[in-house]
Amino acid sequence: MTIEELEQIAKSVCQENDKYDFEVNVCMDLACTSQGAESLREALEKAAVASGKNVLVRRTGCMGPCSSGPLVRVDPEEHLYHHVNAGHAEAIVGSLGGAPVAGLQCDLNDHFDKQVRVVLENAGHIDPEKIDDYICRDGYKALLTALTEMTPNGVIHRITESGLRGRGGGGYPTGLKWGTVAKAAGDLKYVVCNGDEGDPGAFMDRSVMEGDPHRVIEGMAIAAYAVGASKGYIYVRAEYPIAVSRLTTALREARRRGLLGNGICNTPFSFDVEIRLGAGAFVCGEETALLASIEGRRGTPKPRPPYPAVSGLFGKPTLINNVETFANIAPIVRNGGKWFANMGSERSKGTKVFALTGKITNTGLVEVPMGIKLREIIEVIGGGVPGGHTFKAVQTGGPSGGCIPAEMLDLGVSYDALMKVGSIMGSGGMIVMDDTSCMVNVARFFVEFCMTESCGKCIPCRAGTAQMYTLLSRICDGIGTMDDLELLVGLCETIKEASLCGLGMTAPNPVLSTLKYFRNEYIEHIVHKRCPAGVCNMEAPVALPAEVLA
Amino acid sequence: MRKNGFARHALIETLHTVQSAFGYLDDDSIRFVARSLRVPMSQAYGVVTFYHYFSLKPPGKHTMTICAGTACYIKGSDKLIAAAEKRLGVAHGQTTSDGQISLMTARCVGACSRAPVVLCDGAVAGEMASELMLEQLERWAVE
Repeated sequence: MTIEELEQIAKSVCQENDKYDFEVNVCMDLACTSQGAESLREALEKAAVASGKNVLVRRTGCMGPCSSGPLVRVDPEEHLYHHVNAGHAEAIVGSLGGAPVAGLQCDLNDHFDKQVRVVLENAGHIDPEKIDDYICRDGYKALLTALTEMTPNGVIHRITESGLRGRGGGGYPTGLKWGTVAKAAGDLKYVVCNGDEGDPGAFMDRSVMEGDPHRVIEGMAIAAYAVGASKGYIYVRAEYPIAVSRLTTALREARRRGLLGNGICNTPFSFDVEIRLGAGAFVCGEETALLASIEGRRGTPKPRPPYPAVSGLFGKPTLINNVETFANIAPIVRNGGKWFANMGSERSKGTKVFALTGKITNTGLVEVPMGIKLREIIEVIGGGVPGGHTFKAVQTGGPSGGCIPAEMLDLGVSYDALMKVGSIMGSGGMIVMDDTSCMVNVARFFVEFCMTESCGKCIPCRAGTAQMYTLLSRICDGIGTMDDLELLVGLCETIKEASLCGLGMTAPNPVLSTLKYFRNEYIEHIVHKRCPAGVCNMEAPVALPAEVLA
Repeated sequence: MRKNGFARHALIETLHTVQSAFGYLDDDSIRFVARSLRVPMSQAYGVVTFYHYFSLKPPGKHTMTICAGTACYIKGSDKLIAAAEKRLGVAHGQTTSDGQISLMTARCVGACSRAPVVLCDGAVAGEMASELMLEQLERWAVE
């Protein structure tokens, strides 16, 4: 395929779409399908045929505000309807070309106004199982531009210029990583996409893979061209069957169009991608463990160096990036590095997708420019804490992250700022807690998670997390002492310093950050044997009967 | 196995296929896969026991999976688990003695915006209340 042919396809698809007077987009993401989006779509199609109007009913990826699902957006008017069910289908089709359906319209202007959509630009606009829809929205243009007009070094330069940093959590500069792999010696190199979104409470990567799979594939192909790789793997969690099936469809369609395979776009560049399934191990999000898992072994991390960039998959130089990182590549190549660098804060460029969940009104996916204040995300975009409760903390970074208290809500979101307050950016889970959440209990939850997920290779992590769990359980059960608290702090430092991989090094973060900001709650548990949030089930101090005292 | 050219590194893929066909992995199937791919038995068994997704026990007729991810935990999935354990008389990860219902927990199914989430035989149901879940269990139990 050449760039002209691509434009030709885009043009004909657009003409095809223009034939319809109206488009009814139905969100078919997991959250909406679990509330009956499939039967809604069928009802809409039936109603569309019956009405005789010229309507296209399209299934799309996640539109964002999952708590309002199932969602339907009607174009060109851009009316967004929420909590739609199959019974509303006729009313919606009937209203096309007239006034919107009363009572169904979703008023989320504040929610959307603060967002900037780069990674999610196509979500809710394209059918993820149709490559033509993606091509129609400038899809694969970046790949063909890179192949025909840019040198591999030029691509790397552009990515470096954009200031993009790894979206998987670590925040390593992407351009630098690509440069290292490009310089590594060897004929055979690999590109690996890390779709093992193990962080519980985060689902951005799932939504991107399910809603816009071609974007990830295009990003990988551009990366492969830049670093000189010919083979790619997407490592996806087995818990995401829809993502796996959409990616499989997307790969098949891309091959059929000649956008993957041998001699892409009449150039000598060849690249193909295979899907590998994870099998439920959090540690496989760590890059060396992930590679071990792709090779069919137990996912245990290896000491670095050598870094995967030098000796990775099957001992060959390997580039590993997260799903969201790859999703950022195509727009950067298309629009230039400066365009991207103009967004965000000084050292964290671009946008970040967050999965907003927990005790918050508008749960779902949001994409915000870096540097935005946490308060804006939670109070404006998220709509605040529901049910008259008060906000207590927001947890970022999953089991490796920390809890940020209300006093720090004016913090601008960036890799460095979050690190400074004892949390991490992580992959983008953001869990809001209110006054009914006990911070000691939450810390114990995360430690329990790390304890069960520890691969067992190094002792500080394997034994340390178990000891942390015991200490926290004592405190939660009301039998902790102040000595336990001291022991806990010491233990945290040891695990942090001595563990082999990221899992162990960050496992104490939830404990340290809650100890730092919510020490009172720990003291309350230990000294007064009382859980302020009423979560921990500790025996109330037994008041001795009067006669015994006498 | 043929799809992957009997490659050793496709061990996990192969085990996935076997598990989706039989519901679980027994000693015979692990031995068969190991021999066919020329992988040491110890490695195959090591992989099966390392990853949570693989199960060595046959599942019940129905499976209730409760998500134990962070968002679900904050919204009270621990109470759901406790209620289900009490009703079924088994701990999570086990199957009732009549083989009707397996009670499982998942790390995170990625539907956090609808927490707490349970999967009834694989179908996602969000914002679950314990009464609703118990009703479903009752229906399964009398089948």
